[in-house]
Amino acid sequence: MNNKILKITTTAIFIIIFVVFYKALQDTNIYTPKKKSNNEIPLFSANLFYSNKQINSSELFKLDKFYLLNIWSSWCVPCRTEHPLLMDLTKNKKIEIIGLNYKDKKNNAENFLNELGNPYQEIIFDKEGINAIEWGAFGVPESFLINNGIVIKKYIGPLNKELVEEIRLLIK
Amino acid sequence: MKILKLFFIIFFIFSFNHLGANTDDMKIKITKNLRCLICQGQSVYDSDSEFANSMKVLVDKKLNEGFSEKQIYDFFKEKYGEWILYDPELNKNTYILWLLPILIFLIGGAIVIKNFKIRK
Repeated sequence: MNNKILKITTTAIFIIIFVVFYKALQDTNIYTPKKKSNNEIPLFSANLFYSNKQINSSELFKLDKFYLLNIWSSWCVPCRTEHPLLMDLTKNKKIEIIGLNYKDKKNNAENFLNELGNPYQEIIFDKEGINAIEWGAFGVPESFLINNGIVIKKYIGPLNKELVEEIRLLIK
Repeated sequence: MKILKLFFIIFFIFSFNHLGANTDDMKIKITKNLRCLICQGQSVYDSDSEFANSMKVLVDKKLNEGFSEKQIYDFFKEKYGEWILYDPELNKNTYILWLLPILIFLIGGAIVIKNFKIRK
């Protein structure tokens, strides 16, 4: 009787361990960020790039309007490839593009905008990279589509033609 | 009187040092428990990536603003999810992780005791 209980318990433990390890090994250990959306925009205060004026998030993002917050930097190579697409998106009057200049030198950022054009209505100057963390960003470039103070879509990595087309459809 | 003044100066210097050390210890503790966003397998404390450095600055800022350790973890959890913490809290997704070792230990212990009694 005792032997039977022992065998059943040992088998049960092995089965539990097997299931746990099997499940864990099925999951990839390389983390892929969840594109969490439908979250309210964070409350923050930041400095503006040109005027150096301190501004609150509520002053920057008004209700009943579409915004695209784009995190960029002059040292970020993929930002260069997506920049012409942002310039093209400025033709659409339904959306305003807000830039978040991440850990950049002001001179380099200005040169970048002089060379490729400025698609941004306003630019937040995030010298220490704190604002990007407050937005829950993972890297540069990253874009957030915002409406009524809610992030409706998050784009990790550079935008491409398909994604810009998707943005156009979403704001229609 | 001079000795009294000197005593007060030394006392103040030491108490400020102590405060600074406390904040630094807390900062190290928190950043060691935060996972680096872009470098897999490293904590924010160990990493020197741009985002890890930004997180260190933010932890420092939050501590100076009077945030508690738990409030700082909650802040990062809200932005990045439970994944950001190395030491996960007990909830419906992590209960197996916490309870399985205890369960195995108890069952194993019961088997050992039972066998011991049988041999006796």
